[in-house]
Amino acid sequence: MDIQRFYEQFRSEDIIMSYKGSASIDLLSNLMDTLQIKLSEIEPKSSVRKRVFNVLVEVIQNIYHHYGKCHSQNAYDEETVNFLIAKTDANYFIIAGNTIFNEEIPMLRSRIDLINSLSPDRLKQVYMQTLSNGVLSEKGGAGLGLIEIARKSGGKLDYEFYPLSNRLSFFSLMVKIPAALPAAA
Amino acid sequence: MENFFLEETSKTPKLSFDVSTGKFLMSGRSIPENSIEFYKPLFEWLDEYVKKPCPKTTFDIKLEYFNTSSSKCLVEIFRRLEKIKDAEIVINWFYEEDDEDMQESGEDFRELIDIPIVMHMIAN
Repeated sequence: MDIQRFYEQFRSEDIIMSYKGSASIDLLSNLMDTLQIKLSEIEPKSSVRKRVFNVLVEVIQNIYHHYGKCHSQNAYDEETVNFLIAKTDANYFIIAGNTIFNEEIPMLRSRIDLINSLSPDRLKQVYMQTLSNGVLSEKGGAGLGLIEIARKSGGKLDYEFYPLSNRLSFFSLMVKIPAALPAAA
Repeated sequence: MENFFLEETSKTPKLSFDVSTGKFLMSGRSIPENSIEFYKPLFEWLDEYVKKPCPKTTFDIKLEYFNTSSSKCLVEIFRRLEKIKDAEIVINWFYEEDDEDMQESGEDFRELIDIPIVMHMIAN
């Protein structure tokens, strides 16, 4: 799927918020605060609002954890991220993108493909195993983010890698969350 | 040892752990970018507490949101409390009536943890 093209096809009235530019902890925090206020204005069902916000937190913190990693390695001058949340009649869409090293692609791809291949029951098992295995990364990443995003969305994760150079690619992730709530996996 | 207390912020929960009564409370949101950094002082406090716990420890958890790295830290907290022997301990997990996700999270922890977790629905 061509996520960037998908990105451009939203009608402006469907877009709740979009951002493209450099990132920082403060900016990502402000994005979360603003989105929470916007969601409380547009989404009457608190269960849907909470689920969308939960996914947003994981998506934004994924960007943050990745951003910090590249930044500390001083790998490139430009740290562009993009982020969009839109609502159509039936679904919320969250699209997030950030630059990654090309050597990270195979692992990330196989991780998302694995998550997409699992049944809801199996996804829950993997979630529970990861939750209880006692492994926490130094930056606080728990390896649970993508699993949780998939569980909460109840569908497949769409993604793409767009090559930027022989070192870098742009990674985009798109999550669709039904506005009418299905049961969680 | 002293009580452990932290006020709630927009990203971190209120933590109120009373060593004299054994009444523990965590409420609000837990969505810090770095959960371990936030919870580490509490882990250390609990390591001391479990050596000489109150006859009864009651841990109320009333969370609105938590991120996945916080859920790992909750497991870490529960694993410490599992070490309490010869004293009573109960965890009360509160969730709002229509918040199925929060209810399910409580049930997930029940499967993982060797401490009674009592579910409490808060009616809207």
